[in-house]
Amino acid sequence: MPTAPPGLVLSIQNVTKVYPTEPPVHALAGVSLDVANGELLAVVGPSGSGKSTLLHVIGTLDRPTSGDVVIAGHSVNSLTDRQLSSLRARHIGFVFQQFHLLNGYTAMDNVADGLLYTGMGLYDRREMAAHALVRVGLGARLMHTATKLSGGEKQRVAIARALVGRPAIVLADEPTGNLDTKTSDSIVELIEELHDEGASIVVITHNREIAERFPRTIALRDGLIESDDRNGRGTG
Amino acid sequence: MARTDLAPSRLHIGDLGRTASVGLRTRKMRAGLSALGIMIGIAAMVSVLGLSESSKWDLLAKLDRLGTNLLTVQAGQGIGAGSGQLPEEAAGMVARIAPVEATSSISGVDANVYKNDLIPSGQTGGVSVQAVDVNLLDTLGGRIADGAFLTEATADYPTVVLGAVAAQRLGISDVDDQPLVWLGDQWFAVIGVLEEFELSPNLDRAALVGVTASERFLGHEPVADSIYVRTNPEFVDDVMDVLPASANPQNPEEIEVSRPSDALEAREAASDAFTTLFLGLGAVALLVGGVGIANVMVISVLERRAEIGLRRALGATRRHVAVQFLGEALLLAVIGGIGGVLLGVGVTAIYASSQGWAILVPTLAWAGGLGAAILIGAIAGLYPAMRASRLSPTEALRTS
Repeated sequence: MPTAPPGLVLSIQNVTKVYPTEPPVHALAGVSLDVANGELLAVVGPSGSGKSTLLHVIGTLDRPTSGDVVIAGHSVNSLTDRQLSSLRARHIGFVFQQFHLLNGYTAMDNVADGLLYTGMGLYDRREMAAHALVRVGLGARLMHTATKLSGGEKQRVAIARALVGRPAIVLADEPTGNLDTKTSDSIVELIEELHDEGASIVVITHNREIAERFPRTIALRDGLIESDDRNGRGTG
Repeated sequence: MARTDLAPSRLHIGDLGRTASVGLRTRKMRAGLSALGIMIGIAAMVSVLGLSESSKWDLLAKLDRLGTNLLTVQAGQGIGAGSGQLPEEAAGMVARIAPVEATSSISGVDANVYKNDLIPSGQTGGVSVQAVDVNLLDTLGGRIADGAFLTEATADYPTVVLGAVAAQRLGISDVDDQPLVWLGDQWFAVIGVLEEFELSPNLDRAALVGVTASERFLGHEPVADSIYVRTNPEFVDDVMDVLPASANPQNPEEIEVSRPSDALEAREAASDAFTTLFLGLGAVALLVGGVGIANVMVISVLERRAEIGLRRALGATRRHVAVQFLGEALLLAVIGGIGGVLLGVGVTAIYASSQGWAILVPTLAWAGGLGAAILIGAIAGLYPAMRASRLSPTEALRTS
């Protein structure tokens, strides 16, 4: 049974992912990575380097072809599909480039949906959602529908949704990809603040400038880790 | 050691309702139109069943009023069927059958009736003259529109009571002015006009005179050619069996016995056939509505791949996704079903009250309508729901 050293929220060992196309695509060619509790790191790399696949595998949206993934102490390989859903519901938060908000819903209900599949009641979900929105600076936008929010506000809602359940790890896939520079900066600042408050966050980005602001930067190329730099502020 | 303490993903039933209605709330027009398909089908079925029930109730009320215990005894006519006249003693014999409560004979008179003595003899207006017993009205359950029916007293004199159609053709609507008609080369006083007979419409086109009067003034030999028989309702079939032999012991096969209320029931049976036809059409409409819902749901699954991906990322299991889309299809169908039941009841109410019928919508119609809607919704939603649940989260999220 694979185990993770104490203090790690994520540990992956020799993970490969092969897409059975013709010819087969080796999206991940043997990646090992440990993420400590409370760590903030960026995964950078050009298109096709395997960033998104890595995020999907870490996020249990996809299973690795080989290798072990242990998240919050749970070994993904030994879990059923339903258990993986449960793992995502309780221990993993996602932030997407396209925000993926439900347009007909208010900001609060979008955030509350982050807790939908945990079985928590609507009243409690909304209360926690309101707190999370206040935390990301949208206390005045609770009842605005998603369509009435700006891009930056939408991403803040999405971040609040990822964090509302206090997951072990938050995975952000190009969180600033659809935002202008100024708004990007504010989102990166928010991510840094949340990290300072103890959240473990993995940010996938093709933007090296953003990546270098974070304490740890992992560069991917052709499905392999090219470099793993600690920028002097990291936890390890 | 790896942890195994993982509580399963859960979705409360109330939250299921909320997630299932997302698509309806965000795409109201489309939802409305696809529910409309189901609504039309259900409304057609409910109103057809409702109208059929209401008209059946009307028939039953009519039969209840007129009774199903009225029988007609006639002499067969035509080759090998007899003379067309009943034996002289037939009426008396029939009256002696124990369960027979009343009998009343009519006998066709060879005379014509005109508005006055100036009308050419060919223009009879199709009005026949019948010599009738004074209890005819009671036996048939007929009603007087104006004036009075023949009595023992008036039946001996040149007086006549007109059937509804006959009165119309002779231009007489009431007896206030003591109108006369030219009947068999003689003036007869019109003392009454009848309402339509529901069980013996042939009498509507007749001028009815008393038996004695027909003998005295028209030279008629009153041999009955029809006898109306009212029996104890319990023994209608028994009486029908013995009537031919009682009316004509020598040649019972020459006697025709019929039950006029059968004609009403036959008419209802014919309209039942139409009910079946319209029910079939309603079922087709329902099927088309179901296909419409399936179509909309399939499109919805394609359009909402990102939402499906998001929900999987938020922790939804395949089953949660399937149930959400199945629930949405069911919701559409139930909305259409409820709308259809209301519309169907409305149509029934409006039409039935315009016909003076009671408004009856059988439980089977509305409960069955709702049941059918739910079933259609479930079937229509099954395939899209399976498709949605089989979508891999990464594939679903890849849509930008």
